[in-house]
Amino acid sequence: MPRIGRHTWKFEHPAYVVSTGTVAGSTESQGPLGGTFDVRIQDDYYGQSSWERAEQKLFEHAVKIAMDKGHCSDAAVDLCIGGDLNAQLTGFFFGLRPFHIPSLGVYSACATITEALAIAAMALDSGFAETVLAGSSSHNGSAERQFRFPTEYGVQKPPSAQRTVTGAGAILLSRKPTQAIRITHATIGEVVDMGVKSPWEMGAAMAPAAFHTIENHLTESGFTLSDFDCIATGDLGKIGHAMVREMLDDAAIPTDSRLTDCGVLIYDFNQPEVFSGGSGGACCSLVTFGHLLNQLASGLWTRLLVCATGALLSTVTVGQSESIPGICHAVVFERV
Amino acid sequence: MSTRHLSDQKTYQDFVKGHRPPRLVFLHSVRAFLVGGSICLLGQGVQSLFVRYANFSIKDAGNPTVAVMIILSVIFTSLGVYDKFANWAGAGSAVPVTGFANTMASAALEYKRDGWIGGVGSNMFKLAGPVVVYGVVAAFFVALIRYLILHL
Repeated sequence: MPRIGRHTWKFEHPAYVVSTGTVAGSTESQGPLGGTFDVRIQDDYYGQSSWERAEQKLFEHAVKIAMDKGHCSDAAVDLCIGGDLNAQLTGFFFGLRPFHIPSLGVYSACATITEALAIAAMALDSGFAETVLAGSSSHNGSAERQFRFPTEYGVQKPPSAQRTVTGAGAILLSRKPTQAIRITHATIGEVVDMGVKSPWEMGAAMAPAAFHTIENHLTESGFTLSDFDCIATGDLGKIGHAMVREMLDDAAIPTDSRLTDCGVLIYDFNQPEVFSGGSGGACCSLVTFGHLLNQLASGLWTRLLVCATGALLSTVTVGQSESIPGICHAVVFERV
Repeated sequence: MSTRHLSDQKTYQDFVKGHRPPRLVFLHSVRAFLVGGSICLLGQGVQSLFVRYANFSIKDAGNPTVAVMIILSVIFTSLGVYDKFANWAGAGSAVPVTGFANTMASAALEYKRDGWIGGVGSNMFKLAGPVVVYGVVAAFFVALIRYLILHL
């Protein structure tokens, strides 16, 4: 039985990682993980006339790179699952225009990538697909415009703010057990709302969801912290990371350097305007596909838990003074 | 397994407060005071130039001075400098003329790809709109009170 708890699935036929494609924006390319991305762009417009079009292009190229590296054409891909932060998922769907792949758009804000990975692994496990693509994108300019202010507007952000990552990450998964890294488990998160209202405190809004998902995963999968070489949350940033660490310690799940956060890893805090760290749909996918999976592939690690976190706000809900619920989905990658 | 920090929303809010980085209010206030003052000093300098070299009266020099400050703000907004400066300067960069020009120019830049009418036209006042609305409303009530005091 693949379901081993109310939140957790264990895949009978794990999803094998064939290849990944990552395209990183200029600030991300200059960050500490810059060297691990396939394409590092200098101009965040990426030769396009708007931020939104640039994001579509980023996703298109990440998909193309993943397919090229996996020696696979779009005709051989049975399903593509993913999303982004733009309304109506235009980054994802418009980025897929050149390809002929059955596609499912999904949304869990910045936790979209692990939602996509969980569904992708489920499709492979069930036999409905042999090869699946999953991916997500985000763009600092398109996110600023949709959720905050015009990019050139002069406003001082509080230190708890986070910088939306520019980039896109895609991964090609297969049912064929020919690769070294596979997805074995997924834990689906619940919507958790602890009443945080400030859109400048998304780390605090998402930390409870991350805590719940990690706790549920450990309880239901039977793994302990020591079974993992790394537990990476998606984009809690410095503040949210410290909070989830303290909550886990308090719940007698003592963490050490194994617990990290993609939003903390992607930038050097000396870079301008990175505040509490990275966020956005591409934050977790860039760091996971560019950096974390490399640690598995190189043999340094054997098992990794990726817990992407999403703040489920919209401009309408913030305008109407609603609190910000969080969600966190987790997937386990392991080296065979 | 559970954590006391998530026992209820109130407890969690306190936990959030404990992790909120302190805002450097004093440093930011000093910076805003100096930067805001410097922008005003610059404006005063421009006005003096108009009076001295272009034979404007002090009152008449006001309009061209404001125009120069607007142009400077729009140029620095377009060059992508003003937002970085404002992030450092804080409230000092919001002094009326340059700050207002920045809200208009940044919105216009952001929406130029959406066309002249539906983009620039309908979004240019997106940030400046509230300032205009409440400026006019406040002016109306102040004028009303003044009228009542003087005529009753």
